[in-house]
Amino acid sequence: MPLMVLTANRLRDGEVIYLAQDSRWTESLQEALATENAEEQGRLSALGEAAVEALELVEPYLMPVCRDGDNLNPVSQREIIRAAGPTVRRDLGKQSEQGPSEHV
Amino acid sequence: MYRYDAHDQSLVEQRVTQFRDQVARRLAGELSEMEFKPLRLMNGLYLQLHAYMLRIAIPYGTLSAVQLRKLAHIARRYDRGYGHFTTRQNLQLNWIKLEEAPDILAELAEVEMHAIQTSGNCIRNVTADQYAGVAAGEIEDPRIYSEIIRQWSTLHPEFSFLPRKFKIAITGTEEDRAAVRVHDIGLRMRRNLKGEAGFEVIVGGGLGRTPVIGKTIRDFLPKQHLLSYLEAILRVYNQLGRRDNLYKARIKILVNQLGIEEFRRMVETEWAALEGGDLTLPQAEIDRIAAFFVPPVCATTEAAASDPDPDYALWARTNLAPHKIAGHAIVNISLKATGAVPGDASAEQMEAVADLAARYSHGEIRVTHEQNLVLPYVKEADLPALWRGLQAQGLATPNIGLISDIIACPGLDYCNLANARAIPVAQKLSERFAALERQHDVGALKIKISGCINACGHHHVGSIGILGVDKKGEEFYQITLGGSADENTAVGKIVGPAFAYDEVPDAVARIVDIYQDLREKDETFNACLARLGLAPFKEKLYASH
Amino acid sequence: MPVIKSGAVVADSWFRLDDEAALPASGDIVVSLDRWQRERDALLARDGGLGIELRSDQLADSLGADATLFQLIALNFPKFSDGRPYSTARLLRERYGYTGELRAVGNVLRDQFLFMDRCGFESVEVATDGHAAAWAAALSEIEVFYQPAGDQRVPVLAQRHALCPEMRAS
Repeated sequence: MPLMVLTANRLRDGEVIYLAQDSRWTESLQEALATENAEEQGRLSALGEAAVEALELVEPYLMPVCRDGDNLNPVSQREIIRAAGPTVRRDLGKQSEQGPSEHV
Repeated sequence: MYRYDAHDQSLVEQRVTQFRDQVARRLAGELSEMEFKPLRLMNGLYLQLHAYMLRIAIPYGTLSAVQLRKLAHIARRYDRGYGHFTTRQNLQLNWIKLEEAPDILAELAEVEMHAIQTSGNCIRNVTADQYAGVAAGEIEDPRIYSEIIRQWSTLHPEFSFLPRKFKIAITGTEEDRAAVRVHDIGLRMRRNLKGEAGFEVIVGGGLGRTPVIGKTIRDFLPKQHLLSYLEAILRVYNQLGRRDNLYKARIKILVNQLGIEEFRRMVETEWAALEGGDLTLPQAEIDRIAAFFVPPVCATTEAAASDPDPDYALWARTNLAPHKIAGHAIVNISLKATGAVPGDASAEQMEAVADLAARYSHGEIRVTHEQNLVLPYVKEADLPALWRGLQAQGLATPNIGLISDIIACPGLDYCNLANARAIPVAQKLSERFAALERQHDVGALKIKISGCINACGHHHVGSIGILGVDKKGEEFYQITLGGSADENTAVGKIVGPAFAYDEVPDAVARIVDIYQDLREKDETFNACLARLGLAPFKEKLYASH
Repeated sequence: MPVIKSGAVVADSWFRLDDEAALPASGDIVVSLDRWQRERDALLARDGGLGIELRSDQLADSLGADATLFQLIALNFPKFSDGRPYSTARLLRERYGYTGELRAVGNVLRDQFLFMDRCGFESVEVATDGHAAAWAAALSEIEVFYQPAGDQRVPVLAQRHALCPEMRAS
């Protein structure tokens, strides 16, 4: 199975979030829990649905990532941009808070 | 411009209260996301890549200085200090929090603004000619009827759950600056043989997955029948438009499927029952609204001023348009500085434009569907001073209508629906063609870029259209040539296989070179293409590919 | 399922009759359009109220002038986003002169109730009965109506120009 993390948008402010250890939600992809195990991925999805019910977030889904040393990188262009911020405004979004990560 | 009366004001205020309650119920779990989504969409609130996006309505693209200042304030307070003017004359803010949206709508209501029906399967913002009221040859100001349609369509109980979104555009002149032939309904003002003013009604145009040029359903519709006729069209569409397939739900599909003859027969049958009824427009209401749109300026013999700075001459050459009232000019404000994000304006720039509008344009601004702004009432005597004010804010790029006046949707940098980025492609092309002498040599050429098939960048109607596609996870771009959004509406044709992200600037540069090599005398890009056909362009473009 | 009418949950005497079930001698029954078309005479001859439920793709013309033969017409919303019943409702009221009970059934949201009411619906079948007050409240959230519809509310245009009722009637 490919390596996946669970991601969603926070209900109240639309911020992109990822599921980390201990069922905690984080704004940083680097803290996300990544797994290749199908059962574990199912568990992540269930936690996502529970968080929808708990009014924390909307539209959770599994997304593929790859490991590059210590870093987790999204596979698709869309998720790269979602994890960092707009490529045309490097001063905005997560990239401005956390410093530069993988850019195109 | 139109000013709210007590009814209009009550509506927007009640709408804010209603939405505030809906948000509260959502956050308390009384509404699921599925139930809440259409409600927030009908208040212009999308969930995009980074946050919620709010699309604020700018009815027929007309804004007052007070309203523009409020937009700047909202951009600062609730967003990241900038906004994006769209191809439907609205403003988008990209970093909105759901829990603050009701407060934003409340602030908008204070200045007679809202975000009602800027999304959802309902009738959207009615767009109009950005030179309305001040262009020569205008039959009547199309904004009069845009405002009438705006009110009739607002919270229309029968048409709030259409098969799909519905877009209407109106032009008051022969020149079509509103792209009426690529809208669900396009209205072109004209006179009948008796000299009476009315509308040619065009239906079933649209861009997106299947671009279609609209067909005339009625050659001449007298003014008083405007709303009853629209009601007939919408009723037929609401009942018969497809509900099973999102991509086949626009009215253009229905018109195509039935054929214009049958569609017309159905509409005329329905209209026969509505004609003369309570949707008939009283002349008193037309007159009431028309009074708001009388230009606030009179002819003046005050001498036009100039400025010896050569940059002034360059700006005057491209950014001014002739005004129907002597001694005045229409001023275009370019939001396409070299390398800038097309259509974006900072809060500071918005405030500067508001101040300049208050000073030089009777407090009025227009938004164009090509993502620029307009000051419609400027005295020729004030032009140099205005120019200096615009220059100070980076708003005087002398490129209106030239190749660097690029239209681009937000694309994959912001939008959930996108397949590829559009903005950096625009920026690279803008930089590539920055040299003004070259731009003037190339002449009128519109580059329009969409990040996905939904075509919000209107690429189908660009001289050079660029469509971002996803090819095995990579950003690729399909190029079309020969599109046009004016009165000679045409859909561009695909020139050949798509180009990778890095290849696009060279490909476009090559196309422009080919044009300049092959053109005769002063013919425009589109004229050259019409004369020669795609073949030479295709052959030479892909020769070394 | 509970039915809300005039701001309260009401006792509902109407019974949905399956297409294959025998016609009961009395009682208020709701039949499908198919059944109506096949057994029109028998349905008109029996005692008891006659109702019909239309799917969203069964438009007002499918009943036409026959609409006035019914005491209840139910219009089904398969998804709340399917807006066809709003047109059907208006045409039944305004074109075909239907004056019986017009009921919205299926996937309906309280936030749509004002639109429904304006189009001529007078009752709605809801999933659970705890929210009658909320449904009623939905009707007074907006009090400005720009366009004439099938209801008696006075549109803004008429108010602005003090148009007399005779001018509004069509």
